[in-house]
Amino acid sequence: MDSLLKLLSENSSFTNAELAMMLGEPEDYIAAQIAEYEAQGIIKGYRALVNWEKVKGADVTALIEVRVSPKKVTGFDEVAERLMMFDEVDSLYLMAGAYDFAVFVKGKTIQDIASFVSRRLSTIDGVLSTATHFMLKRYKDGGVNIKEIDQQEDKRSMVL
Amino acid sequence: MIDYQQMLNKKIVDIKPSGIRKFFDIANEMDNVISLSVGEPDFQTPWHVRQAGIESLEMGRTWYTPNRGFTKLRQEISKYFERRFSVSYDPETQVLVTVGGSEAIDAALRCLAGPGDEVLIPQPSFVCYEPLTIMTGATPVIIETKMEDEFRLTVEEIEEKITDKTKILILPFPNNPTGAIMEREQLEEIAKVVEKHNLMVISDEIYSELTYGGKNHVSFASIDNMKERTIVVNGFSKSYAMTGWRLGYALGPKPIIDQLTKLHQYGIMSAPTTAQYAAIEALRNGDADIEEMRSQYEMRRRLVVGSFDRMGLECFEPLGAFYVFPCIKSTGLSSEEFCTRLLNSKRIAVVPGNAFGESGEGYVRVSYSYSLKHLSTALGRIEEFLKELKEEQKNND
Repeated sequence: MDSLLKLLSENSSFTNAELAMMLGEPEDYIAAQIAEYEAQGIIKGYRALVNWEKVKGADVTALIEVRVSPKKVTGFDEVAERLMMFDEVDSLYLMAGAYDFAVFVKGKTIQDIASFVSRRLSTIDGVLSTATHFMLKRYKDGGVNIKEIDQQEDKRSMVL
Repeated sequence: MIDYQQMLNKKIVDIKPSGIRKFFDIANEMDNVISLSVGEPDFQTPWHVRQAGIESLEMGRTWYTPNRGFTKLRQEISKYFERRFSVSYDPETQVLVTVGGSEAIDAALRCLAGPGDEVLIPQPSFVCYEPLTIMTGATPVIIETKMEDEFRLTVEEIEEKITDKTKILILPFPNNPTGAIMEREQLEEIAKVVEKHNLMVISDEIYSELTYGGKNHVSFASIDNMKERTIVVNGFSKSYAMTGWRLGYALGPKPIIDQLTKLHQYGIMSAPTTAQYAAIEALRNGDADIEEMRSQYEMRRRLVVGSFDRMGLECFEPLGAFYVFPCIKSTGLSSEEFCTRLLNSKRIAVVPGNAFGESGEGYVRVSYSYSLKHLSTALGRIEEFLKELKEEQKNND
């Protein structure tokens, strides 16, 4: 993978000067490269990595397995387009296997999610069935070990 | 009442405790210290290597191994060394598996040096050579390497210190704490002196896999006629991030390895069994891990060296190990003052250069065996510290 993208995906707060040093490239080259990635839509934005477990009143997350009957012409895309419209839907994937869509949904409370599923999701044309799983604890998220960001303690000791 | 001072060997009592330790103990008492002082990889041992250790335990392989180490492991070490450094050793007679590189250094010194002998030790260097030499009854003779020479060892410096008692030369490259490496042409020059004065060489190549800027490590044993005069010390700690497994090895001529094995047999028996199983896996399938970690270190090295450069801290470009050794003489502070003040005012721990020998005075050792994020934060604080020092100097003038 491109080393610049890899570094930015790990920590987007590195300055261009730092990135230039790490990669052994001139600073203006780094700036141009990043601008290029942004223009091409390869870099879509920069966000903070939040450990929601630690935030009081944070959202409840559920994974909903959705089975649908695909449309004749548009296949799964049409239902997907419909699902994507909801603000409650955090991520959406088409899956191979026992069900069709994996829908990650966020809500303030379990009741919010329950009502979203029963009133809005299940009623979409083409949805055959849903199975809702509430998330209890996050161990690793987006490649980040939550325990590690929680306790960044260096376990090494000085021996000599 | 027992007078323990009377009971103890005076040689060990007289040896000073390590200066790295002393400073670390102070730093350890404080809260929120960002350390740049640890001298071991921050990476964990690659998973497939750990798994090989686990499997051996599951299979109940918990006995001693042969004194010299498993035959399979010695064969893999021999293959590896030929593959990476183009020197071939007979696994049966020229390889000894030890408890870390440290045991190999100790054993090599004890098998070669004794009262009346002189051992040449370049400094700044790792802190163990001098005390271990003293314990053999031999006399350590220090050679001070200089920043002007990029902390490389020169022929002139060796010639200056040679007497008719000189027997051993220690070659600690890639170097801890300076990050200096020796290239082939320079080693060839050293080899001439070694041959001329009939010396033996203990070449501590533990950082052999950590060289940068397109420079590959050259083993001293690969220089013409030097294999028969060299004990190569190497191990798994730095290259495979396996420090805690305690596994290293010595390579050398049969008559010497025979004696090392005798010492090892009586003092140690055999190196840890689980670690040996893991090491076989590391040598067979670990080349890609070495490369991955090396490329991470390379980025960190560039960041640290580049940042010091921007801060105006004089610093030669280290091409090995994972240390940077900037000169702090421009601040007007001694190494210890610099480190103490940096620790007190910015909570950053680095090691004073004089912990690695008198010639390290005026320098500090900065380890970059830390994540890029950690380094970036620490460097920011060092920059602030240097700015404040400059202000202070201005006001005093």
